[in-house]
Amino acid sequence: MAKKLGRSTFLLEKHPAILASAAIGGKMEGEGPQGAYFDTISNDAQFGEDSWEKAEGRLQQLALQTAMQKAGVSAAEVDCLFAGDLLNQCVGSSYGLQQFEIPFVGLYGACSTMAESLMMAALFVEGGLAKRAAAVTSSHFCSAERQFRFPLEYGGQRPPSAQWTATAAGAAIVGCGQGVSVNAVTVGTIRDLGITDANNMGAAMAPAAASTLTTFFNDSVTHPADYDLILTGDLGQVGRDLLFELLEKEGVRISDRYHDCGLLIYDRDKQDVHAGGSGCGCSASVLCGSILRQMAEGRWKNVLFMATGALMSPTMVQQGEAIPGIAHLLHLKA
Amino acid sequence: MPSVKTTPAQYSAMAKEAVPPSPSFKNIPLAFLIGGLICMLGQGLLNLYQYWGLTLDRASGFVSITLIFLSALFTGLGCYDNIARHAGAGTLVPITGFANSVVAPALEFKSEGLILGLGAKLFIISGPVIVYGLAASWVYGIILMFMGYGGMK
Repeated sequence: MAKKLGRSTFLLEKHPAILASAAIGGKMEGEGPQGAYFDTISNDAQFGEDSWEKAEGRLQQLALQTAMQKAGVSAAEVDCLFAGDLLNQCVGSSYGLQQFEIPFVGLYGACSTMAESLMMAALFVEGGLAKRAAAVTSSHFCSAERQFRFPLEYGGQRPPSAQWTATAAGAAIVGCGQGVSVNAVTVGTIRDLGITDANNMGAAMAPAAASTLTTFFNDSVTHPADYDLILTGDLGQVGRDLLFELLEKEGVRISDRYHDCGLLIYDRDKQDVHAGGSGCGCSASVLCGSILRQMAEGRWKNVLFMATGALMSPTMVQQGEAIPGIAHLLHLKA
Repeated sequence: MPSVKTTPAQYSAMAKEAVPPSPSFKNIPLAFLIGGLICMLGQGLLNLYQYWGLTLDRASGFVSITLIFLSALFTGLGCYDNIARHAGAGTLVPITGFANSVVAPALEFKSEGLILGLGAKLFIISGPVIVYGLAASWVYGIILMFMGYGGMK
């Protein structure tokens, strides 16, 4: 059984393993530095569907299908499915994944959903509630733009702090067996330091990231030096700088072993993405694509994966409220 | 006990500092150049329509129609937003920006149907401009009336 440490960290004593994972991406993601690590790249942004929402569902479907194939399991052998996305009512998951007929728990954690779903899958396996569980999430640039911002063809200029929602999905199958193991998880708390600018999600999420990370170090009585890589979800340039600054004040230094999926997924010099990538699919595809593969190959042994989410509601922002952030953390071991 | 002790006030200052400034040295000249080119095109069309025998009044109406058509066409072809990304206010301020802000939602929301999608969301961006533009024109009209410039004689 999982052992609780401190405020909100759980040590997983059975070390549930990520049996297989898959990453699916769009054209722009394929052209980025992570291109080689995607299982499938689709040059058709609509993924053969007739709406952006259905395209996102298709992304999740492809991700789960590929991950199950790689793990050599059928849908009937997966006991529980944890999935979510950015869209209202999480339609990417509910429409994309219904055909598998796997018992489904829908999650909303904004861009933190990969960590949230993977954490839940690992806890279910650890607790013996599932032999195998799956974690899936996605984001699609076009479905996110129309829901949160402007119509695609609207001619506007984005501020330098804005981030680019990745068209990507990631899926992982968790069970007992060979693979990168989940050793511990820290459930994040909602943090809000008053950022009201919906074009500055990195700044809205950085306090949650700093809070979850320091909570994990306190709970587990470990230090940044105990890990090879500390990977955040999609803080982007602005969020990363703020995270360093917040942690500096707490006496924690991580910059020598730090990466951010939002800064890894695109080439910011060549691809016009301003502060970096974002969206559930950003951290999901970078983790399920390159990071897990590089861990299996021995490049990283101890990784802290912390996906960050800006729990942004256009309604609340229009009412003048600030944007709360959340971050969930997993300690992964190769 | 919160694990991060920074206060919202301190953080607000930090966040302001962390955001890189908009590249105005690039944005402003580009807006001037592309916006200027659009206006030059308008002037060219005005001269052309007058040359073809229209009165100044009629010709300027036709210029607006032509520019709106071109903006809608480029929006439909999917290249207006790529120009606007660099042009900024240069494409936003002339009448082309207004046309784009109507055509873009029309394209985007047609997937929800002609009534609740396209029809209901057509003015989702330009709506405030129309509402407050009209309201301002009433106020302006009333002021003019009291100044004795009213149309009623």
